[in-house]
Amino acid sequence: MTNSKPLIWRDVRFWRIVLQLVAVFLAVIVVVILWGNLQRNLQQLGIQFGFDFLKQQASFDIGEALINYKPTDTYSHALWVGLINSLRVAVAGIFLTTIVGVGAGIARLSDNWLVRNITMVYVEIFRNTPLLLQLLFWYFAVFLSFPKTENKISLWGFIGVSQNGLELPWFTLSPEFSALLLGLTFYTGAFIAEIVRGGIQSVPKGQWEAARSLGLKPGLAMRLVIFPQALRVIIPPLTSQYLNLTKNTSLAIAIGYPDIYFVASTTFNQTGKAVEVILLIMLTYLTLSLTISVVMNLFNRSVQIKER
Amino acid sequence: MRKSALILAIAPLVFAIASCSGDSGQTANTPGTPGSSPAAPATRNRWDSIKSRGQLSCGVSGEVPGFSFVGTDGKYSGIDVDICRAIAAALFDNPDAVEFRNLNSKERFTALQTGEVDVLSRNTTWTLSRDTSVGLEFAPVVFYDGQAIMVRKNSNIKSLADLKGKAICVQTGTTTEQNLADQMRKRSITYKPVVFEDVNVTFATYAEGRCDGITADRSALVSRGTILPKPEDNVILDEVISSEPLAPAVAKGDARWGDAVKWVVYSLVKAEELGINSQNVGQFAASNDPDIKRFLGTEGNLGEGLGLTNDFAARIIKHVGNYAEVYDRNLGPKTKLNLARGQNQLWSKGGLLYSPPFR
Repeated sequence: MTNSKPLIWRDVRFWRIVLQLVAVFLAVIVVVILWGNLQRNLQQLGIQFGFDFLKQQASFDIGEALINYKPTDTYSHALWVGLINSLRVAVAGIFLTTIVGVGAGIARLSDNWLVRNITMVYVEIFRNTPLLLQLLFWYFAVFLSFPKTENKISLWGFIGVSQNGLELPWFTLSPEFSALLLGLTFYTGAFIAEIVRGGIQSVPKGQWEAARSLGLKPGLAMRLVIFPQALRVIIPPLTSQYLNLTKNTSLAIAIGYPDIYFVASTTFNQTGKAVEVILLIMLTYLTLSLTISVVMNLFNRSVQIKER
Repeated sequence: MRKSALILAIAPLVFAIASCSGDSGQTANTPGTPGSSPAAPATRNRWDSIKSRGQLSCGVSGEVPGFSFVGTDGKYSGIDVDICRAIAAALFDNPDAVEFRNLNSKERFTALQTGEVDVLSRNTTWTLSRDTSVGLEFAPVVFYDGQAIMVRKNSNIKSLADLKGKAICVQTGTTTEQNLADQMRKRSITYKPVVFEDVNVTFATYAEGRCDGITADRSALVSRGTILPKPEDNVILDEVISSEPLAPAVAKGDARWGDAVKWVVYSLVKAEELGINSQNVGQFAASNDPDIKRFLGTEGNLGEGLGLTNDFAARIIKHVGNYAEVYDRNLGPKTKLNLARGQNQLWSKGGLLYSPPFR
């Protein structure tokens, strides 16, 4: 056949490339328009775009800092303090919420009527009320209602609970941190419980029966047979919940915990560098989210069925 | 030929956007000539856009009684609110042609920069960096304030030094936060700042007992103190740790609009100086004093120079009153706040208020 070569606009590969180019072109144009608009507006206000302000002295204090910080330090150092504070809540939150979520998810399938229904009430209440409301509840109705430090409540002799937060023998957690951590843990835990329940229920009933017929007790059957199979279904949505928890740490601003968003908004308020600071915040959360995704995807790959 | 239909559909779109971007590129370059020359005089005129809209958009706090507060009847009141009304009276001869926007301390500057509000009248401290890098243009000071600290009466805290190691509630994004850090650093007093974005949450946390002290502008402490659960249990320490000149602001780049707001504020002071108030402004219209005639616009054309009417000051006084009336109505002895005039008295009576000549 001499004219076997198709006309170029009838070639699907051609169109794939062209449409990609059009998409890139449109995206670039949008960015250019927005950038021009921004430049024009900033110029009219006599404001310079730039990140030089990060080297200036922050001159505000931060209530909690895991690394050394003084008001004479720079804005960039203050932002680091905020980032570390965010990570502290996020890491502790992911750890605790996994325990709460998996526990509640399994308990929802319990044969025990009371356990089953208590967890159902927990899941429904925490899933269906806004997180912000819950944080304010934990902060004002729980932590700030505890007695003053002088007459703190002692739990098992070594945990002190007062308006000053949770006092453990080796360190003290501020009420702001504690309220945020518990708020995030129980809120996200409710969603994870549903994910875990769905995951377990997705494992065919035959697997239960097979495990029982091997003589495994229910607890062992869950741990050795059912749960590993359920993980395949659980992990992808669990990743989303970890991401949500990490992003939701930004609600710390409502209850006075100095996370990255909080420090960044103070920074932008004092310097007027709204655009620069917002870009920094976006970049930070994007990095955090992508890191969690990558780690969870690696983990996910390890629990998937390996077809040989 | 579905594909070519597609390209036909896309092509105009692409051209439209491309040409649009060309346009915007040009306009972006026009205001400043290439090189390092500063921004040319702004082409926009805020007063024109307010005129066509028919009302002033004024950013207030809405959370500080005596300054700006929404009453149970849904009406705004306070000295900051009256400044907005005075501007509206000057522009439209109608003090109610104002749309109030509640802004928190974080939103306020962006709202002004982006043109969401025409003027910010929200107990905002005039500072150098706000004047320069934040892109604000301040009108004259309407209230001279200073930062103080409130504590519980039964707390044994009598001075700043007693706050060593204590928790202090502060609102974020305020000069307050920095002043506190400065003062404590100067005196090497360690303390624990508990910082909130929302003024209500800040005071509620103090009320719950989480903080041993709370810091804000003195006037704000007095004002918010009146709505604490037990106002009488709290006391404001005598030490004033900073000076806080509170002033309205507009966005930089529109000198004409900035001038209008500036002279509205001066009109209030000038009227008090001349003894003109909302009751007697009618009688003064017949005055023979050239200073008063120029001020009220019965002679000369000072108002036109501002882009307003010549009788703009008369309009303000008729509707809102002079500075003394505004002060007494919102902060004076007949109000709950009962703040002494102090430094907010006319210069001739030992205060700091002074208006440049109306000529």
